[in-house]
Amino acid sequence: MTSLAPTTAWTEGAKDDYRDCPVTTLKVDMHTERLIIANAVMAVVCLALGGIAALLIALTRWQAIHLLPAVWFYRLLTLHGIDMLIAWIVFFEMAGLHFGSTILLNARHAAPKLAWTGFIMMTVGGLMANAVVLFDPNSNVMFSAYVPMKAHPLFYLSYILFAVGALITVITFFINIVVAKREGRFSGSLPLVVFGLMTAAILATYTLLEGAAAIVPAFFWSLGILKTYDPGIYRNFFWGFGHPAQQVNLAAMVSIWYALAQMTVGIRPVNEKFSRLAFILYLFFINLGSAHHLLVDPGLSFAWKAVNTSYAMYLAVLGSMMHAFSIPAALEIALRAKGYRKGLFGWLRNAPWGEPGFSSLVLSMFLFGWIGGVTGVTIGTEQINMLVHNTLRLPGHFHATVVSGTTLAFMGFTYYVIPLIFRKELKLKSWAKWQPYIFGFGMLLTSMGMIVSGLQGVARRNWDITFAGVVPGTVEISLAVFGIGAILAVVGGIMYVTIVLTSILTGPRLEASNLLLLTGTHNPIIDSTKLTDHQMEDKQNQPKGALVLVFAFLGWFAIYYFTNWWLLGRTWFIR
Amino acid sequence: MLAPEKNWWKPMGRMEKSWLTVAFVWCVFLTVMMPLWYFYGKQNVPTETYRISPADYGAKVNAFVEQYTVGKDEASGIPIVAAPPGSDVYIRASTWQWYPILQLEKGEEYRLHISSMDLQHGFSLQPVNINLQVIPGYDYVATITPTSSGEFTIVCNEYCFVGHHTMVGKVIVTEEN
Repeated sequence: MTSLAPTTAWTEGAKDDYRDCPVTTLKVDMHTERLIIANAVMAVVCLALGGIAALLIALTRWQAIHLLPAVWFYRLLTLHGIDMLIAWIVFFEMAGLHFGSTILLNARHAAPKLAWTGFIMMTVGGLMANAVVLFDPNSNVMFSAYVPMKAHPLFYLSYILFAVGALITVITFFINIVVAKREGRFSGSLPLVVFGLMTAAILATYTLLEGAAAIVPAFFWSLGILKTYDPGIYRNFFWGFGHPAQQVNLAAMVSIWYALAQMTVGIRPVNEKFSRLAFILYLFFINLGSAHHLLVDPGLSFAWKAVNTSYAMYLAVLGSMMHAFSIPAALEIALRAKGYRKGLFGWLRNAPWGEPGFSSLVLSMFLFGWIGGVTGVTIGTEQINMLVHNTLRLPGHFHATVVSGTTLAFMGFTYYVIPLIFRKELKLKSWAKWQPYIFGFGMLLTSMGMIVSGLQGVARRNWDITFAGVVPGTVEISLAVFGIGAILAVVGGIMYVTIVLTSILTGPRLEASNLLLLTGTHNPIIDSTKLTDHQMEDKQNQPKGALVLVFAFLGWFAIYYFTNWWLLGRTWFIR
Repeated sequence: MLAPEKNWWKPMGRMEKSWLTVAFVWCVFLTVMMPLWYFYGKQNVPTETYRISPADYGAKVNAFVEQYTVGKDEASGIPIVAAPPGSDVYIRASTWQWYPILQLEKGEEYRLHISSMDLQHGFSLQPVNINLQVIPGYDYVATITPTSSGEFTIVCNEYCFVGHHTMVGKVIVTEEN
């Protein structure tokens, strides 16, 4: 079998503790393995907690059911935001950073003690946040905790602990890469997936620093040491953390997309320069997007809002649109090279739809781009935001990005982490086959239900909108769609947690013998190394189908965008 | 996932180039739409803002209500206030009330002041669907012209603790005289 591991000797004076992976032939540092397992387990625990909250709050917003009393609704909504948007995703990303900075580089973990310190701080911070929100009567302040709404000091402390822990882990990522380079574990450029994770890590560094700028003063303010804290300034700093944190998720998710595409179909990036340029665009421009949250705030000029909300000139959006072509194109070329050349979409019909890694990749890309991306750019338009700010359209947008996009991709990736890193056989494989579809479809309904409700003026973070007596009757229907979607998504979530727990808690430790879980015994990663330049450039293999798909996407984008300008033009005059 | 070959800096193919060009043009277009609408559109985000302490703002609202009150809402007891077209009108957000009830004329322009006495609130005018952030310490001035008449509701759409959903106000717009 071809070996993927570089030929550099592993031991060069370092105390090495590693194993060879029989499937990928990569070397797995044992510290890394344990760190990935710990972070992944915490991620799934937080997902489960946030998922319980998700079900209960969705059933409350579904007006026909209206399950929880108001206090518990707001409390669990706060909990849901923290567990999902921060804890689940960041723990998973930390596992990804450990993976990318060692295993993919044939390198050792150079700072395991530091990494464990980071992990412990994150765990304490995460659990503390849950406890404070559940048991303190005043800490149901939502994930954004807008000053002057004052939570318990421990609430802010838990944020700080979690963020510092995450920052420490990010630092170990950089240390690992520097040490690996210095020890000659890899030569030349970083692999694309690691390059993308590096983008995420750089974004995470300044994101977390801005988080400190927002939360540390809030902590002192809650203790009474700082007398006043301007709410406008807090909003600016908080979203300097809150929005880029989602861009960290974006960069990490796109990296996972490239990884899943290679692991399930055996792609080779169409053009490394093209894909890397797209990541570089994220790096430079995406932080400006924090202005999205301040578009209808007092005190800021049109010019400031317009420049920032457009990422200078939608250059970060350009980055995403580049990936939106680059990944489907790579999939198309790889599948065409296998002989699926019929028509525009013959390759798509013959793709491994039964492989959970592939289905979650495609659904994640589709829902992220067509729903999340299009709605995001539209509602982030300075004037259009007036129609959208704090309505349900907002969570409708970010559930399509962070849940249908990031979470679904991470779920799909987990199924491969279990045999390769946990070294346990994946159980309930037929569940794993259907899980991405059920979860993806549920989330599609959830987002659509939210977006359509929000279009009719339904506010987010609101226990009972009928109180206002203003919303038209069709809202009942769209809120029901949201509720049904949420139930389906929770079913998908329960399936995911069950598959993971059953696999890791039962059965003996077993070395993996196959990369694909359901659709064959070949190894796509090895296949990808056999894709020749000639095959990549062959006329018959050109990604015409992918090009048609991105143009269709652009058409849909334009329709949604202009419809919103039309809606804006019908409302009261305001300036 | 694997290290790229040594020389990966290769020219882009025809398809990458054409998609990149189209996508870039679209991005430029998205950018240009905002200043265009700023100069030619009728609906723009207000920018006029003054710093003001909640106490001073409260005093202004009281003076405004005293001067222009025309009636009282039966259910809530909140005064209904009608100022002449073109004048400054005030709305005060506090936990959990919008005060007072404004009565405006369709087709006339008003300078609408909004601020909060305590927490952050969200001014969401329904079913017109105009949404603005309300922050204590900031007097946010929106120059508005109602283009429809009837009774409109102000919903608070920024979470402000447990009574948040009960924070509902009213604006009345009468037909042109």
